[in-house]
Formats: sequence, structure tokens, C-alpha cells
Amino acid sequence: MTPRRSRALLLLIVVAGVALLVAAGLQNTLTFYRSPSEVAGHMSAHERVRLGGEVVPGSLRTEGGLTRFRIGDGTTEIAVEQVADLPGTLREGQEAVVEGALDAEGVFRSDTVMAKHGNEYRPAEAGGQDSR
Amino acid sequence: MPNNLPTPLLDGRRATRDRRNLGWAAAGLSAAGMIAALTVAPADAVQGQAQRLMYLHVPAAWTAYLAFFAVLVSSGAYLIWSDPRWDRAARAAAEVGLGATVITFAVGTFWGRATWGVWWAWDPRIVSTIALFLVYAAQVTVRGTEPKPHRGARRAAWLGAAGFVMVPVVHFSVVWWRSLHQQATVLAPSASPPIDTVMLATLLLCVAACTVTAGWLFLRRLAVLELRAGVRAPAKRTVGAGRP
Repeated sequence: MTPRRSRALLLLIVVAGVALLVAAGLQNTLTFYRSPSEVAGHMSAHERVRLGGEVVPGSLRTEGGLTRFRIGDGTTEIAVEQVADLPGTLREGQEAVVEGALDAEGVFRSDTVMAKHGNEYRPAEAGGQDSR
Repeated sequence: MPNNLPTPLLDGRRATRDRRNLGWAAAGLSAAGMIAALTVAPADAVQGQAQRLMYLHVPAAWTAYLAFFAVLVSSGAYLIWSDPRWDRAARAAAEVGLGATVITFAVGTFWGRATWGVWWAWDPRIVSTIALFLVYAAQVTVRGTEPKPHRGARRAAWLGAAGFVMVPVVHFSVVWWRSLHQQATVLAPSASPPIDTVMLATLLLCVAACTVTAGWLFLRRLAVLELRAGVRAPAKRTVGAGRP
């Protein structure tokens, strides 16, 4: 590659890097989600935010295309309503991150649900016993 | 003064044969790793079959870390000795690392779609990995921006040495910041990693396969770069006495 083309490519890489950092800043990458305590009472309605925490056991229900559950962090719980698809790995008691905004009644209207998963890996069979 | 000597790893009568044997070892380990990952290892209790993507995602990420560490060492050595052999090593290692990063990323998006439910998220791990890729893409590119090879190589060496700071940033991004990506299972300070024994053994086999494959690709690439640089093998030493 000639020096001229190398410089052009390098410039492109630098521009891509700056664009990445700007986009990451706008998307709140460093605090990818807020806890229910941080969202409840501190967020004005209709302000778009990511909310993350435990899917409260016993709260997950799907009726007629609408899924309701609560996301909690031990002290605060927020009711979530989601219309679109859910990831198949979403489980009660597991962590999840939802994207959307609080409505006037304090219900979190979500359009994207992301299921977090832990760093634990256990076999499906044998009831979670080691397969050794 | 830049020399024109061959790299010791590529020199000698047996070097080509050794390299070919390494390639066969890589193929054998990869085949064993693939069989173990697809059939021997059990499916995960939470993630099901999709968790098998781990057996490529994690080894590829490890290989990228290792390759970028090789870039750090070679770049440092080039800055000290200005030997073009170190520059070629840094370049070959950076290219292997970039390839490994792309594989990590591609497999990761599928894994993310299967378990998180999304292809993409503005997650600290994902963003920092792209930044890492761009740093080493720049490291490879900056070498050609100068008409004089030594000056370009020097710039690449500075970037290759400084750029390694991105590796801990990527690795610890899941600890330092709130992320969607889970924390490390094996490369984390824990006496008993929370993973099933058979899964761990499979993972380690796949890591070995990826590492050996990367080593083989590195040597192949180094041989190509050496050929292009027009390296002249030193005159054959004659055995025995009789020469003045």
C-alpha cells in the first residue's frame, strides 16, 4: 500500500474511533443500566432509560401478547410492561435489562428486554450436578 | 543499521518441516476440540445449546489477548534494537490478533442474540472490544504511512506498545462498569471457577487448539513477510576445518 493510501485508511480508522466514542457516550455505555432505586423517583416520565435488576420471582406473566413482570434490586421494585418478543432465556430470579420509559402511572413501558446471564455453566441434565 | 537476516524461528533445515507439523497439530487439536464442544460437553442448564458458542468465543478472545501481548513484546524489542525482524513479528502478531478479534465478535453477536435476545448492545465490553480492534488496525496501518520503512515501523512499535493498555480495559470492562456481558469464569481470580468439569476440560482443549492454530498462522505469515522483505539467508556454514 502506498503511504498516501495508508494515511487515508488511518484517517478512516481514527474517524471510526471518534465516532465510536461519541456514540458510546450518547448511549451511556459506562452505566449500561440503572437500578430500580436509581430510576424510581429520579426519572421524569417518558425519559428513555435502561433499567436492570432481578426479575422478581412470581411476577412474570404473559397475557394476550403483553408481558408483565417486576424488576427489583432488593429495596425497590418497578413494574414493567413489554409488548414485543421476549428472549427465551428470561427467567424469574435471573437478571434482566429493559429499555424504555416510565409512564405517568410509574409503570415502565419497555420495548426491548435483554436477559443477562451469569458466568456459571452447569449441565442441563443431572439436575445441575457436575457431569464428571 | 537495519539488517537483512532471517528470523531464527524460520531459519534452519528443519524449520519448514516443523512448521508443517505444527499445522497438523493445530488441525488435530481443532478437530478434537470441535467434537468435544459439539458432542461430549453437556448443554447448559440455562442457555441450552447456544452455550456451545462459548467454545469458540472464549478461545478466540484468549488468542487475541495473547497475540496483542506478542505485539507488545515485539514492539518493545523493536524500539530497543531497531531490528526489522521484530517489526515483522509485531505485524504478523497484530494481524493474527485482529482476525481473532473478528471471530470473537462474530460468534459473540450470535451468542448474544441467543441468550440476551439482542444482536447488539451499547455494552462496555462490546464498545471497548471495537476500540481495541481499531487501535490494532491503526497499528497495522500506520506502518505504511511513511516512505521510509524504519520510521513507519517505529511509529507502529510505539502504537503496538501503548495499545496494549486496551487489553486490560477490555478484560476488566465487565468489572469496572455495569454491563450486559457476564463476568469472566476462568480468567478470574477464583479457586474453583463456577463451571462444570467436562465443560471446563472442553474449553481448555479448545483454547489449546486456538492457541496452536494462531501460532501456526503467525509463523506462516512471518514467512510471507520475510519473503516479501527479500531476506537473504546467511551463507551456509561449512562443516569441518580446511578453510582459511
